[in-house]
Amino acid sequence: MYKIVRKKVLNPTVTLMDIDAPMVAKKAEPGQFIILRVDENGERIPLTVADFDRDKGTVTIIFQIVGATTEKLNQKNEGDFIQDFVGPLGVESHTEGLKKVAVVGGGVGCAIAFPIAKKLHNLGCEVHSIVGFRNKDLVILEEEFGQVSDKLCMMTDDGSHGTKGLVTDALKQLIESGEKYDEVIAIGPLIMMKFVCALTKQYDIKTVVSMNPIMIDGTGMCGGCRLTVGGETKFACVDGPDFDGHLVDFDEAMERSAMYKPFERKKHEEVCNLFQKEVK
Amino acid sequence: MPNMSLKKNEMPAQAPDVRNKNFKEVALGYSKETAVDEADRCLNCKNKPCVSGCPVNIDIPAFIQKVKDEDFDGAYDIISASSSLPAVCGRVCPQETQCEGKCVRGIKGEPVGIGRLERFVADWHNEHSTAEVKKPEPNGHKVAIIGAGPAGLTCAGDLARLGYEVTVFEALHLAGGVLVYGIPEFRLPKAIVQKEIDGLKALGVTVNTNIVVGRTITVDELFEQGFEAIFIGSGAGLPRFMGIPGENLKGVYSANEFLTRTNLMKAYTDNSDTPIQKAKNVAVVGGGNVAMDAARCAKRLGAENVYIVYRRGEAEMPARNEEIEHAKEEGIIFKTLNNPVEILGDEHKLVTGMKCIEMELGEPDESGRRSPVEKKGSEFVLDVDCVVMSIGTSPNPLIRNTTKGLETNRRGCFVADENGLTSREGVYAGGDAVTGAATVILAMGAGKTAAKAMDEYIKSKK
Repeated sequence: MYKIVRKKVLNPTVTLMDIDAPMVAKKAEPGQFIILRVDENGERIPLTVADFDRDKGTVTIIFQIVGATTEKLNQKNEGDFIQDFVGPLGVESHTEGLKKVAVVGGGVGCAIAFPIAKKLHNLGCEVHSIVGFRNKDLVILEEEFGQVSDKLCMMTDDGSHGTKGLVTDALKQLIESGEKYDEVIAIGPLIMMKFVCALTKQYDIKTVVSMNPIMIDGTGMCGGCRLTVGGETKFACVDGPDFDGHLVDFDEAMERSAMYKPFERKKHEEVCNLFQKEVK
Repeated sequence: MPNMSLKKNEMPAQAPDVRNKNFKEVALGYSKETAVDEADRCLNCKNKPCVSGCPVNIDIPAFIQKVKDEDFDGAYDIISASSSLPAVCGRVCPQETQCEGKCVRGIKGEPVGIGRLERFVADWHNEHSTAEVKKPEPNGHKVAIIGAGPAGLTCAGDLARLGYEVTVFEALHLAGGVLVYGIPEFRLPKAIVQKEIDGLKALGVTVNTNIVVGRTITVDELFEQGFEAIFIGSGAGLPRFMGIPGENLKGVYSANEFLTRTNLMKAYTDNSDTPIQKAKNVAVVGGGNVAMDAARCAKRLGAENVYIVYRRGEAEMPARNEEIEHAKEEGIIFKTLNNPVEILGDEHKLVTGMKCIEMELGEPDESGRRSPVEKKGSEFVLDVDCVVMSIGTSPNPLIRNTTKGLETNRRGCFVADENGLTSREGVYAGGDAVTGAATVILAMGAGKTAAKAMDEYIKSKK
């Protein structure tokens, strides 16, 4: 069992938790992920490491409440325990030799983009962060990004905070204004990563994306997380989760991630109904 | 006077059209009377050919003698002196090619039902015995086992009995390896696996789940923590695919994924949060025991038609006869001498069919089996909405990529000598991680051999 030592509601649908997992904290690097199970009947879900504290022995996860499992996890409080927490899994993000990078985060994907921005900043790399959200209420980690970025572009779909528009608008503007990036790192919804890659391809800028497909074991055993990258089948759990965005088949990835949508919707409703009953 | 019946006592089982709708155990086990009657068929021959057929060398005639005497505790003691997992072996060992394959009674008629008797004794013990497990005297030495599957658990049990402080590191959230994620409940109830693992814990074995060696901790760090010898039993977990078009469509699973969702994650129960596709028509590609397991699971999950698609003939199938028979009884349709060439999908990338081609057998290949050749122009489409690829696995690269000096062969398997010793001092390996995909009992045999060698190695260091 793994203790929740801190819980912070970042916005109505996104929650941060620090989990007591010293062995994972000791090894975790930005770009890697963990797998957790909330309770005995729980499914195994992958979440990318948002931060870690090797001294305290904690690993930070940030998750959006989208289904039964994240709903159940969100019902847990500080001091409660979760059943299983294993990691760090996957290959860490490569950062060597990068001098100037644009980090693009969308929605809860910013939680994964942040530790990479932080690491690059600490390595002396010039970091331009472009973060996008649907509206003001859903903004997370603005202050944190500000601290590690040489330039920060805040974008919202409705213009309720920062500039109105998409992350691709801001990225295009920066590139057109003459900014030369060694690499663009894009983390967010599949559709966002797809369009960032379509844009950077035009300018021939290397782009790395972090994929988060459906997984079970996370160690290469099930193959459920397979993707097509450059015409080859890759397992996100052991070959990734970072891939060359210009080679990823995003349309296939989007279809595969929707495989269990009807089941998830039904389970989510069940869990919500259950909690409502308990409240009454 | 021995029982000279030419046939084994039949194994009581759930009726096929009942059991193919539930996940309860198929074979129900001998009663006490049947067990004693079957034991009476053993001639107690002097040269004990059966023992030489057992990868862990159980003294088979001796335990059968105890069954004849109705001393079932005594029988259990004899089996457990050689086997860490008697209730498991009695169910999943391929006895027909091992102990029973060597039985003298098999020359004329059927061999003694050794596997069925082993199962009876283990189940009787689990149900009736109240004897406390005696913890052995600690010898002050620490050993680490990587992987809580059949190889690792056997190695752990043997070393614990010798007084070692044994810690097992398991990547999944539950110990058991293939016994819990692969072999289905109806062939090996998980409560039985749990009981065997509890027995090892009672001997003093510590099982640490959720630790991925190669990621959470490395082999070198285990040595730094004071473990004097390490056994790697990490299995052959990486699934293979065919490399044909359409394999990434929704509804195509590796057998590992399909079985893990069903068995480990219990997707067949209502209260599990893990989803699985409830398919109408399922094709399982492959002819091994894993393919039979996947097909029988698919049927139980409610599929109307389940096909085994195999490129050779039934005689060439690597699955046990018993598994093939059980699958057929349950209504699995065998499409042998057929090979998939493409999986077809709709605009939502859901599987709508599988294009196959008919095959015929040609000249024998290097494995001695006649190799299948395509029949030109014989393509046809099998109407399925789910495909399970069960064409084998290869070892996981996590440990070999993170451990210096560990030699592997071109298939990625660890190179180990006849005692399980790898190219690194103090590091032993066994089971599928060394041999590639094989059987539970061979992995147990390797775990046993390595345990003996590890004991000798640690003693020789003093």
